[in-house]
Amino acid sequence: MDAITFAVQLLNGVQYGLVLFLVASGLTLVFGILGVINLAHGAFYMLGAYLAWAIASYTGSFALALVGALAISFALGVALEEVFVKRMIGRDHLAQVLLSFGLILVIDELRQILFGKDVHSVAPPSWLQGSIQLTEVLSYPVYRIALCLVCLVLAVAIFYVIQRTRLGMIIRAGAENRDMTRCLGIPFDLVNRYVFAGGIALAGLGGILVAPISTVFPGMGDGMLILSFVVVVLGGIGSVTGAAIGALLIGLTDTFGKVFFPQVSSILIYVLMAGVLLWRPNGLLGKA
Amino acid sequence: MIRSATPVTMIAIAAALALALALPVIAPGYYVQFASKAMLMGMLALSLNLIVGFGGLVSLCHGAFFGLAGYMLGFLTPDSGGASLWLSLPVALLTVAAVAAIIGALSLRTRGIYFIMVTLAFGEMLFYLFHDTRIGGGSDGMYIYFKPEIAIAGSALLDLEKSNTFFYVALACLVGTALLIRGLVRSPFGHALVAARDNERRALSLGFPVFRLRLAAFVISAMIAGLAGYFSAAQFGFVAPQLLGWHLSATMLVMVVLGGMSSILGPLVGALALIGLEEVLKSSFEHWKLIKGLIIIGLVFALPGGLQQLAAMLQTGSSQVPDLGADVAEPVPAPAGEARSHV
Repeated sequence: MDAITFAVQLLNGVQYGLVLFLVASGLTLVFGILGVINLAHGAFYMLGAYLAWAIASYTGSFALALVGALAISFALGVALEEVFVKRMIGRDHLAQVLLSFGLILVIDELRQILFGKDVHSVAPPSWLQGSIQLTEVLSYPVYRIALCLVCLVLAVAIFYVIQRTRLGMIIRAGAENRDMTRCLGIPFDLVNRYVFAGGIALAGLGGILVAPISTVFPGMGDGMLILSFVVVVLGGIGSVTGAAIGALLIGLTDTFGKVFFPQVSSILIYVLMAGVLLWRPNGLLGKA
Repeated sequence: MIRSATPVTMIAIAAALALALALPVIAPGYYVQFASKAMLMGMLALSLNLIVGFGGLVSLCHGAFFGLAGYMLGFLTPDSGGASLWLSLPVALLTVAAVAAIIGALSLRTRGIYFIMVTLAFGEMLFYLFHDTRIGGGSDGMYIYFKPEIAIAGSALLDLEKSNTFFYVALACLVGTALLIRGLVRSPFGHALVAARDNERRALSLGFPVFRLRLAAFVISAMIAGLAGYFSAAQFGFVAPQLLGWHLSATMLVMVVLGGMSSILGPLVGALALIGLEEVLKSSFEHWKLIKGLIIIGLVFALPGGLQQLAAMLQTGSSQVPDLGADVAEPVPAPAGEARSHV
């Protein structure tokens, strides 16, 4: 493998990891802050992609699709927190698993009623179409580079909010000790709501951004859910830094696995997860 | 604690058994086949409850064990005729046991939410193994043209191609499973398992090998799920990666909660109720999964104790919901029977 091919694969792996981080950070925050396991996270990723497709094909504008689908995802998150998730805090995990499974069935079926079950593709915005010629045979799509940059900016923003702002301080305190934070008079119900809605919006955003480079199809949520779970298991629940490390590890393992070991690439990430479980059962950055 | 069966329960079980024995005589063939399918699902729910209800471990990979055993039957069935049950069943179950031992040993290093996520991930690993590679026909699945043969010294003992015979074999497996789980739960092994669920630290300090107990329960439970999967694959003559997917595992959890986790036979009732309900919904509505989802959400909020809670509410005439979620420190939901005894 020559240097340019390697660089392209490296870029692919990093880009995959960044998208994974976007989706998984939403999941790990909801785990960490609300203590709620949300199996429907992948369904919101799928819904974001379908919403983006629907709005883009109706208006012809990717920007409108991005804003619209993101707003709907966030609003859906606020509504679901208010109606269901609020009542799940402190319930046993089994009840949370069942609730989110019920939600998946409802979301999947509503998607079927509203958008059908066809496979779609979304065109990237016109100014991001085309690709950069690297060598005579190799080129790299501009949208993928833009996607990398957007994810990178978002990742930095997430870190900034969590590490440097008052809201982030509350979120970190909540992940550390929920009861104590509440005792200190933090309006935790409000924090819960916006963390949950923000998590759903991140999942939706992942789906929206990925729509132009992959296809939009009904089963896309399940695959992403499992990968996000593996990322969270690798990184440790509630740790955004852990999610970043886990997501990049998975992105690179999967991309280079497909290049070097195509026969076993689909189980390579689980081997990685098994290894981490043997070494550190609570994840790389999880609390012991 | 496990409540011993009341006379009413005993009579109900005897009546249900008598009805089941008579079913092939009184009902048309479609219902016999449907009942066979429902009983196999009931076995799945019973097996899952051994670790969910009595072990306090919420597993999301039992669908994978169910499907794996089905695939093993597919691999072992020759093109020319049925596989010998005496060979193919033990091979299928031992394969499932080996895989479950590995997955269990890794997953049981974790607790609570981690355990749920890790079992889900490993279950999906098996799904993608069969979905993405050409083993077992890839995403198209594979056909099993012949049912396994049960023969002694070359002469056929039972003919599983006959749906009535198949029904009785499935019934025998179900009764055997129920008796096995009853025996396990009432044995010192079962008591230790429940003790570890209720207070892991205390069980450890009393010297119970908690990890090994849980691993044993996990493997036994997986093998029963494999038994159900083996016969299910034989019944439908077809296996596909979807059988291993986690949606089946989650549906099994719904059955367990619907029927009630505190009793041995509760999950069986839950399985029969859910399978019957699905059949009615499927034939009445195009978007039946929407209704199934809403019912599951309703179950979580209105009836956390399942059908047993409904029955208790009807008996006492009170609509008060026992607060099962109160017990938040443990990842284990308190079974309905226990919640009452604490109050």
